[in-house]
Amino acid sequence: MSGFSAWLCAIDHKRIGILYMLSALLFMLAGGMEAMVLRAQLAAPNLKLIAPETYDQIFTMHGTTMIFLVAMPVLTGFGVYLTPLMIGANEMALPRLGALSFWLQFFGGVLLYISFATGAAPDAGWFSYAPLSEKAFSPGAGLDYWALALLMIAGSSIGSAINLIVTVATERAPGMTMRLVPLFAWMTLVASIMIVFALPALAASLVMLLSDRLLHARFFDPAQGGAPLLWQHYFWIFGHPEVYIVVLPAFGMISEIIPVFSRKPIFGYPFVATSTVAIAFLSYGVWVHHMFAVALGRNVLAVFAAASMLIAVPTGMKIFSWIATMWGGAIRFTTAMLFAIAFLLEFTVGGLSGVAFATVPVDWQLTDTYFVVAHIHYVLVGGTIFALLAGVHYWFPKISGRLLDEKLGRWSFWLIVLGFNAAFFVQHFLGLLGMRRRVYTYPDIPWFGALNLISTLGAGILVFGIVLFLANVAMSVYFGTVAGKDPWNAWTLEWAAASPPLLQNFAETPEVRSRRPLWDLKHPEAPDWGST
Amino acid sequence: MGPLFSPHSSQTHSIAAAFSIVLAIAAFVFLVVAAGVFYSIVRYRARGDSASEPRQIFGSRNLEVLWTVVPVLIVTGLFIVTVRAMVFIDAPQDSGQAPDVTIVGHQWWWEARYPSGVIATYDIHIPTSRRLLARIESADVIHDFWAPELARKMDAVPGRASYIWLEADTPGAYDGACSEFCGAQHAWMRFRVVAEPEASFEVWLQRQAQSPSEPTGLAAEGARLFQTKKCSDCHAVKATAIESQKGPSLAHLASREFLGSGMSRNTPENRMLWLTNPQAAKPGNRMPDTPLSPEETRALQAYLEALR
Repeated sequence: MSGFSAWLCAIDHKRIGILYMLSALLFMLAGGMEAMVLRAQLAAPNLKLIAPETYDQIFTMHGTTMIFLVAMPVLTGFGVYLTPLMIGANEMALPRLGALSFWLQFFGGVLLYISFATGAAPDAGWFSYAPLSEKAFSPGAGLDYWALALLMIAGSSIGSAINLIVTVATERAPGMTMRLVPLFAWMTLVASIMIVFALPALAASLVMLLSDRLLHARFFDPAQGGAPLLWQHYFWIFGHPEVYIVVLPAFGMISEIIPVFSRKPIFGYPFVATSTVAIAFLSYGVWVHHMFAVALGRNVLAVFAAASMLIAVPTGMKIFSWIATMWGGAIRFTTAMLFAIAFLLEFTVGGLSGVAFATVPVDWQLTDTYFVVAHIHYVLVGGTIFALLAGVHYWFPKISGRLLDEKLGRWSFWLIVLGFNAAFFVQHFLGLLGMRRRVYTYPDIPWFGALNLISTLGAGILVFGIVLFLANVAMSVYFGTVAGKDPWNAWTLEWAAASPPLLQNFAETPEVRSRRPLWDLKHPEAPDWGST
Repeated sequence: MGPLFSPHSSQTHSIAAAFSIVLAIAAFVFLVVAAGVFYSIVRYRARGDSASEPRQIFGSRNLEVLWTVVPVLIVTGLFIVTVRAMVFIDAPQDSGQAPDVTIVGHQWWWEARYPSGVIATYDIHIPTSRRLLARIESADVIHDFWAPELARKMDAVPGRASYIWLEADTPGAYDGACSEFCGAQHAWMRFRVVAEPEASFEVWLQRQAQSPSEPTGLAAEGARLFQTKKCSDCHAVKATAIESQKGPSLAHLASREFLGSGMSRNTPENRMLWLTNPQAAKPGNRMPDTPLSPEETRALQAYLEALR
């Protein structure tokens, strides 16, 4: 098999990983264009570029796309591509499940976008609160497409998560105990376990919604004895762990990249690994902080406030570990490292604004304002996407065999940093001034127009930076400097394989005695297993 | 909507105080992180192309314990601040206390029902002298009642009553809006809380309770059309209608400042637009088109004008 059919029938983890990344890229272009339409409509007060219903459809599609068709699949793609290489395996444990998962994911995305073609895109937000999402209030077919597409994607995610769990559990190279697994693979494993427990809650809520909409069930209809809040509980039992599902693998990338470019091992590996497990546990006990504005009783809210504040602790531990890794190192400012450093500062902003929402009385003012929009974008763009951009610059030579252009990389880095912060930092102020989320326009209130215009211009700069980055990727695939096996003088096993790796990753099974097997090879006089 | 942190009630004062504490902690933590990052990248940048590696340090138990314990202490303090403010803001009601006002969210307008039977739309009047127990309800989907300067926000969930305390320390008109996405016109589901001294509040209540004066001339024709064209199926014209209608009450319409929950000024042209093309007046709203001849439109216009 060759060419197109080789990709269509691929079961090799590297090809499936690349398919995930390309699919995420395709949908990112769609989700990015949607964001620009939203920002254009909000650029000044009382604009009428698009109809209110269209605005609702576009913000629903933007959120759904970026979470389910971009963030999750691209991280799964990296997980599927890198995990076997990092643990010294030649394949995923369940290659055909891997192929099934990818195609379910891809066609789930296609199904979601077919809704646009029928003229009835979903319009109840990515969270689709009942009863707004019920047939009575959203009569078009959009939400049926939405629910069916997400059911496919939920199935896909559970499949790929099981595959990753089994792979890490059974395919590790001889000598690689769980205490020696590279942190990216560790955090991908934890995120996968979280998927297995979180996504079924989403699937259950989707089945209930579809039953209400198509079979005249009444799960969420209060007039018939149903409960609108049931949807919120199910959705956020999935939805909050989901945030960590798309953040933990990004933490894993940072935990690989900062040590290599600081020339020091990760500071406090056991703390970093176990704090990840702590985040995973706590993330199942914080969902009600999305519902603080519902009258659920003070004691209930207090318990969830406590859990939501506590989760800042293991997250903060990681930030300090990464800084301590840089401390005393010999830092090389590659584009990958620049993105990782920007991640540290931006994710900290997102984490701290999260603590504001755990403070219940503050949430009672700021929830559902642009302060939340700023917060989630600092976490998911400033956090996940910046880590991902660091990861792309770091692993691109492994995947393609060629280096990305550093000069173009720096240009795109500064444009993305500038554009991102201009677009989203001002949104904190908009939220504090009282601008609500999910409004298609706003009255001419002092500062609203000016701050929104800055945000829109920032988004334009961000897009320009992303386009430059994509141009760099496209050119470097063909014209980049040949990278060789190990361009960064790195330490984990993927850098012992060819670039790009052959179908069989490792000609001979590597032996592992420490967390940095390639360090041990390069420094036989001072191997890690001798020093700790 | 006024600035979020220009508090005009004791509970929004306490929210603003809690926010100041969060802001101070966040600024401190961010400065510590930023200082660590910038010190590292300046002090520990690779110099020359020396092949030797820096000293390999694998961790420090003491440091790791330090940056676990200190954050735990900080969030413990913040938790205490949180619970104290929550208890103050959601102070308990007397058992069996009846609400002073019931506020109902509809797609896409707000109404306030007073114990005397008066129903107000958009402008919710309260006396400044005391704290009101407000019952928050929804007639359709989930809304959220939010008057940023006066009170915490509270979701209006269909089939479920919620309560907040509503008060204002100085007379004035305070902007508010629905704060939970509720469909096409979520953007224009605004309202105002008008706080005034007890005496003028009582005067307002009594004036609202008055029935509209008997229409004459063209307005009388309009009143007849209001029935035959089925406007009255959805809209009340008396402020003391017994039950909620499908559409907002038009009682005392001519004395209002805004139409469409704050979307447009209450001018003759804008009233005319609602009669002739409601979807142009507020796209997506639930009001059907009613074919009217120009004479009928003028008569209805005159009738609305008479609803003072």
